[in-house]
Amino acid sequence: MNMLTLRIFYRYRVPRGGEGLKRIGAVILPGALPALAAGVEPGTTAWMLVSTALVLLMTPALAFFYGGLVGQKNVLNTMAMSFAAAAAGGVAWALLGYSLAYGDGSAWVGGLDYAFLNGFLNQGKLAVSDGMPALLDLAFQGTFAIITAALVSGSVVGRMRFSAWLLFSTLWILFVYAPLAHWVWGDGLLSGALDFAGGTVVHINAAVAGVVAALVLGPRRNFGRVAFLPHNIPFVLLGAGLLWFGWFGFNAGSAYGANETAALAFVNTFLAPAAAALVWIFLDYGSSGKATAVGVATGIVVGLVAITPAAGYVGPLGALWIGALTAPLSHLFIRYRPRLGLDDALDVFGAHGLGGIAGALLTGVFASAAWGGTPGLLEGHAAQLWTQLKAVLYALLYSALGTALLLFFTRLFLPLRVGKNDELVGLDAVLHGEEAYPVTEGAILVAEEGGRR
Amino acid sequence: MKLIVAIVRPEKLNDVLEALFKAEVRGLTISRVLGHGGGTERVETYRGTTVKMGLYEKVKLEIGVSDAFVEPTIRAILESARTGEVGDGKIFVLPVEKVVRIRTGEEDEAAVTPVPSEPG
Repeated sequence: MNMLTLRIFYRYRVPRGGEGLKRIGAVILPGALPALAAGVEPGTTAWMLVSTALVLLMTPALAFFYGGLVGQKNVLNTMAMSFAAAAAGGVAWALLGYSLAYGDGSAWVGGLDYAFLNGFLNQGKLAVSDGMPALLDLAFQGTFAIITAALVSGSVVGRMRFSAWLLFSTLWILFVYAPLAHWVWGDGLLSGALDFAGGTVVHINAAVAGVVAALVLGPRRNFGRVAFLPHNIPFVLLGAGLLWFGWFGFNAGSAYGANETAALAFVNTFLAPAAAALVWIFLDYGSSGKATAVGVATGIVVGLVAITPAAGYVGPLGALWIGALTAPLSHLFIRYRPRLGLDDALDVFGAHGLGGIAGALLTGVFASAAWGGTPGLLEGHAAQLWTQLKAVLYALLYSALGTALLLFFTRLFLPLRVGKNDELVGLDAVLHGEEAYPVTEGAILVAEEGGRR
Repeated sequence: MKLIVAIVRPEKLNDVLEALFKAEVRGLTISRVLGHGGGTERVETYRGTTVKMGLYEKVKLEIGVSDAFVEPTIRAILESARTGEVGDGKIFVLPVEKVVRIRTGEEDEAAVTPVPSEPG
């Protein structure tokens, strides 16, 4: 047996004494395979490991989606905002955010039992919960927190200072996202609401925060006078595709197991965006006579948002309906939004706010006892719709208030906006000292001096 | 008849176009150009490679005008393209020997006088 085979034996646990390997002539070393810790289910753990990686991919995917939608002078800044949410938000989540969301606390906020990465060991071994090492939940939920903060950036691109964004997005994950996650998923205030994977906690929350941030910062210079057009639509499509891929982890991973609920959520995540994008194509034909590629990408995202709260609660036909019914709302709003004078630059509210609200309410309509265990309006349980509406309103209010307060707090230390002329030159060159598409002719190497502007 | 060539900052282009429109100057050609006019250098860093960007992106406008429009055009560009910083650009006024409108064969003054464009 060579070294490679030996290492494979140590790294992979083989159930039932490795009958399969014996059959292909391999030798099993008795006692070499550590037993699973009590309560750890390999299927669950494997799926949650994969799901965590899938959801993490959504943040870079969003960076491409947003990056393509902005002008070429702001693409790096836009993409860096998402990546920065992953960096700063990831650290803040591990040290404090997870505990505020999922620690034992009051109905309003979690306690500090997981703060500073405590609480994941039990008598010197990895603690186990939900059939997997509890530590894995920190990462799985952390990927949700950072994508939510990254979503907010779409409303303020093209004018917000990067340093202010770093501080604001970190605080926002700790004091807006974490408490709201606790309300819905941490046995808090809204635990009766059906929010399978985060329609309220992630999408409504991010969209309302985006609108508030856009209002506090004010519109981009020349908003309403010049058109702000996407600079790279293939990036937008790439981002939408990767978001769809990652969303399988977001929704089916929220089943917390490799089981039939995960399969249902997975299929619904496949169907709702398809229906929404198809309806979007027809709406494009109807409104402008031409189906746009940006429209297809937007339709996919809207469908994904809408199915998020419903994924494990509705049947596949319900998923098709939810996607198809949500698309017209967002389509209409996105068409008329610029006339409201609201510079929600990348339509976070149109896509994620309306998609989230419609999804949350339609979950109460299409929830099916046979498919997901809870009946909705169509099965005669009207009270669920009321519970859904209450959750939406609580999230709207809390997110708006918390976001405004954190922005005013951030402004005490850092100016929120870049200077007027910097905005015209573009944030990539001014804030980051680099350009997405640099003109390399005439660039002169500098020996060892600093890069300060 | 003169040909006015103006080099301006790309971020000022919208303001310049708006000012020209208000001055009723119609008909112009625009190109993106690279140039250097002694402005302060911008330093950028790419993975430890620090470079001075020696050439700047600018926008060049070329506008053929009748003599009466030379001063209004210059004034519109001056007022809209100026930031006061080094690198605001230049305006060159060149004599023009002959202008021909291709569609009609009209020459000189008639060729640079805009006609009301048809809707659509």
